[in-house]
Amino acid sequence: MSSPVLDVRGLAYAYPDGHQALYGVDLHVHRGERVALLGPNGAGKTTLVLHLNGILTAGAGSVSVSGLPVTKANVQEIRRRVGVVFQDPDDQLFMPSVRDDVAFGPANLGLRGADLDDRVMEALDKVGMADFADRPPHHLSFGQRRRVAVATVLAMEPEILVLDEPSSNLDPASRRELAEILRGLDVTVLMVTHDLPYAFELCPRSVVLSDGVIVADGSTFDVLTDDALMASHRLELPYGFDPRTIADRAAG
Amino acid sequence: MGAGHGHKLHYHGHSRIHRAPAHVKIATLVLFMLTVVATPREWYPVFAGYFALVLGVIALSQVPFGYIAKRMVVEVPFVVFALLMPFVATGPRVDVLGLSVSEAGLVAAWGLLAKGTLGVMASLTLAATTEPRDVLVGLERLRVPSQLVQIVGFMVRYLDVVTDEMRRMRIARESRGFSGRGLRAWPVYARTAGALFVRSYERGERVHLAMLSRGYDGRAR
Repeated sequence: MSSPVLDVRGLAYAYPDGHQALYGVDLHVHRGERVALLGPNGAGKTTLVLHLNGILTAGAGSVSVSGLPVTKANVQEIRRRVGVVFQDPDDQLFMPSVRDDVAFGPANLGLRGADLDDRVMEALDKVGMADFADRPPHHLSFGQRRRVAVATVLAMEPEILVLDEPSSNLDPASRRELAEILRGLDVTVLMVTHDLPYAFELCPRSVVLSDGVIVADGSTFDVLTDDALMASHRLELPYGFDPRTIADRAAG
Repeated sequence: MGAGHGHKLHYHGHSRIHRAPAHVKIATLVLFMLTVVATPREWYPVFAGYFALVLGVIALSQVPFGYIAKRMVVEVPFVVFALLMPFVATGPRVDVLGLSVSEAGLVAAWGLLAKGTLGVMASLTLAATTEPRDVLVGLERLRVPSQLVQIVGFMVRYLDVVTDEMRRMRIARESRGFSGRGLRAWPVYARTAGALFVRSYERGERVHLAMLSRGYDGRAR
């Protein structure tokens, strides 16, 4: 296979206060894949995500994106390649208008004038928010803000889109709309989530992170139906949701 | 900017004052305030002229006087301070309404009150006739350092978020049977303010992370 978009080897990290969050994580994501990163609260998922774009630097081990190692010297290019959508859109959207906010990333990459405008409108178009370009972000609904947050990152044309809890706080309609948008994107996706049905719906492959190590890596169906694995890592399917019956229904 | 979505200080309109370029309005405001502050407080007729000028601009902007007046409550702490001055200042004393007050204090109080009120009125007029976003553009055109403009921009953007957070905290407090009256409520308010500060600080850190993730390096482009 070609060199993976995301190549994490033996990544370990301890916070400055001594709390060790990651103990040797290995993860490879290839082009065009949609991978769910599952794990209980406090498993180190967010810590892992912050390593992917060089916000945190590895204590041991390495991270590289399409062959380029994440180091201080490469950080600007790494942040273009890895687009992180944070959980709270209010953390991500800070400009007075949607247009300015989506332009923020590409402008940092040096885009100007008509190129910048094109890039902004293209990204907003992909998430169905082009009509809202001149609105201030804080006047949009939560679901709309989440979609704009995705657009702010898409505008940088990342090689991998990393989403932190993309479905949290969304109503079912917004949740479905976001799923449709994500499915329609031609980009590699790593999705950090507690929403197991969402992972099942969108990601053919799942990785389970627990206590700072990867404990499972396989097809989402296999992971979700491995009852022993699920129980030992505090993962639970929501009431009434069973991947087996859904797979049967889809097959039949 | 979407109609009907203006900021709380902004009064939607299309008057000549609304349409004037933001940087001209800001520069005028600053110049006006410097002049007012530099005017000796004994020049009473000049102050009458200043008030007439500000009121004239408000009239021209078609913003109702009541709209400005309601928002002038921010001045109250200064008014209280100004009212105390004649009583605490030293020097020769005069009788006003049967009370013995310091003459120098009385003049100082007048000066503080007049200059403060002019400042608040003029600033509110700017805020009522200019979208926050245009204020930022105006500041940039006036060559205010971009770091400062960015800070003001963040304030405008997150004011709503923080106010909303404050509202949610209040609702959560009241849902647990708290009624904010009397001296005993003050420690609760103090803790709420503390929590709000910590949350805002943490949000600031998260916003910074999100900006770094999009390639921010300290310069606005």
